[in-house]
Amino acid sequence: MSDIKIKITDREGILHEIDAPTDMNMNLMEIVRSYELAPEGTIGICGGMAMCASCQCYVKSGHELPEKSDDEEAMLSEAFNVEDNSRLGCQLHITEDMEGLEVELAPEEL
Amino acid sequence: MIKTDILIIGAGPTGLFTVFEAGLLKLKCHLIDALPQAGGQCSEIYPKKPIYDIPGFPEVMAGELVDNLMEQIKPFQPGFTLGERADTIEKLDDDSFVVTTNKGTKHNAPIVAIAGGLGSFEPRKPLLDNLAKYEDNGIAYIIKEPEVYRDKKVLLAGGGDSALDWAIFLADVASEVTLVHRRNEFRGALDSVEKVQELKNLGKINLITPAEVIDLNGAETLESVTIQKTDSKENIEIEVDNFIPLFGLSPKLGPIADWGLEIEKNAIKVDNTLDYQTNIPGIYAIGDVNTYPGKLKLILCGFHEATLMCQSAYQRIFPDKKYVMKYTTVGGVTGFDGSKKEAPKAVVKSIN
Repeated sequence: MSDIKIKITDREGILHEIDAPTDMNMNLMEIVRSYELAPEGTIGICGGMAMCASCQCYVKSGHELPEKSDDEEAMLSEAFNVEDNSRLGCQLHITEDMEGLEVELAPEEL
Repeated sequence: MIKTDILIIGAGPTGLFTVFEAGLLKLKCHLIDALPQAGGQCSEIYPKKPIYDIPGFPEVMAGELVDNLMEQIKPFQPGFTLGERADTIEKLDDDSFVVTTNKGTKHNAPIVAIAGGLGSFEPRKPLLDNLAKYEDNGIAYIIKEPEVYRDKKVLLAGGGDSALDWAIFLADVASEVTLVHRRNEFRGALDSVEKVQELKNLGKINLITPAEVIDLNGAETLESVTIQKTDSKENIEIEVDNFIPLFGLSPKLGPIADWGLEIEKNAIKVDNTLDYQTNIPGIYAIGDVNTYPGKLKLILCGFHEATLMCQSAYQRIFPDKKYVMKYTTVGGVTGFDGSKKEAPKAVVKSIN
C-alpha cells in the first residue's frame, strides 16, 4: 500500500493537500469525491465515462500525464472553460508518478 | 387531467421497473420524463455501453436493458408524458397530488414516486455575454419545428451527432447553413460525418473548424455572430438569423428541489429502513435521486427500492387490505391488457 500526496484547489479556491492511494484503482475524480472536495451531484455526473465535463480540472504542475484518449479529447472540445492544461479527472488514473501533482477544479457548468 | 395510481417522475430503469412491481399489485402507473424517449441516462448518455452488474445479465448494453424493461412492463400499459418536465406539485384535500409539467399537462395520483436520477436533462448553454437576451430571439438550444428555419441563415455549433444530423437536415431547408466546431474531428456516426463532408464539398454547408463563437451581435434580435478561428485567432463576423448551440445535455435536479423535500448532497433524503418515503407522506424517491446512509447509485439498488416502495404505496392506497407477496412463478403475471403469463402446468400422467 502506498499513498502519494496531491494538492487540489477546490472551486472555492481552497487548497487541500491530500493522500491518494495508488493501489485502489482510483482516478482523480474519485479522489475528489472521496474527500468531498466538491458537492455530490456536481462532479462525476456521468460516473467516469468521459461523457460529461463535471470533473474537469487544470493541471498546475509539470507532471508528464498519460495522453488524452479520443473520448477525453472530444469531451474537452465541447466543454466550457477549457484551457490548454485542462484534463478530465476521471481519465487520470492515480499512479506513483503523480506524486506532488497539483490541480485546480474547473468551475461548475451552470 | 391524467389520473393514475402511482405517478412516476423519471422514465429511467428504476422508474420503468416500478411499473412492473406496481402492476403485480394491480396498481396503474404513468411516467413523466423531460427527455423525448424512455430510458433516462441509459438511452441518452450511454445506450451502446455495456453494464456488467445487472443480476442475471453477465453483460447487457444500456439501450438493450431499456428495451427489455419496456417489454417487461408492456402488459401493465403504463402511460407516458415525454418531453415535459415535472414542474410543480400540489396536494389536494383528498391527500392526492397534482403534478403539472412545464407544458401545463396535469397529472393526479395518490402516490408520487420520484425516480428522477440526476435530474432532468437540460441543454448545455455556451458561456457568452447577452446569451439570454437573444434566447427565442434568434437563439434556440433545441430544434422543435425545423420549418422555422426555412430560407433562414442558420449557424449550428457542436461536434456531436445532433450538430451533424441537423446540419444535414437543414442544408435542404435553410438558405445558408454554417457549422462551427472547436475541433476538426467530429464525434458522430460515420455516415453522418461523411454526409457533412459531401455537403461541404458541394458548398451546401459552410464548415468552420477549429473555431468557436465568441460574440453575439444585434440590436433586438440576433443579427450576426463573431467567430474566432482557434489556430490563427482571426475573428470572422457572419450574418445569421439563427444560432443553435448543440452542446449536449446536462442533468439538473431542477424544480423538484423546490417541492419542500429534504435535500442533502443534491439528492432527496428518504427512509431507507422502511419504504424510501420522503419527508412528505405519499411522495417516495427511488434510484439515483435519493440518499440515505450507505446509498449506492446502482441500477440494481434502484430496482430493489422500487419493489419495496410499491408495497408501501399499496398499503397507503388500501389501508384495510391485507396483501401477501406472491412469486411470479406461482401467481404468473396478469397484464391490464388481458394477457397472462404463467408457468406451464406439470403433466400428471403415469408411465407404463
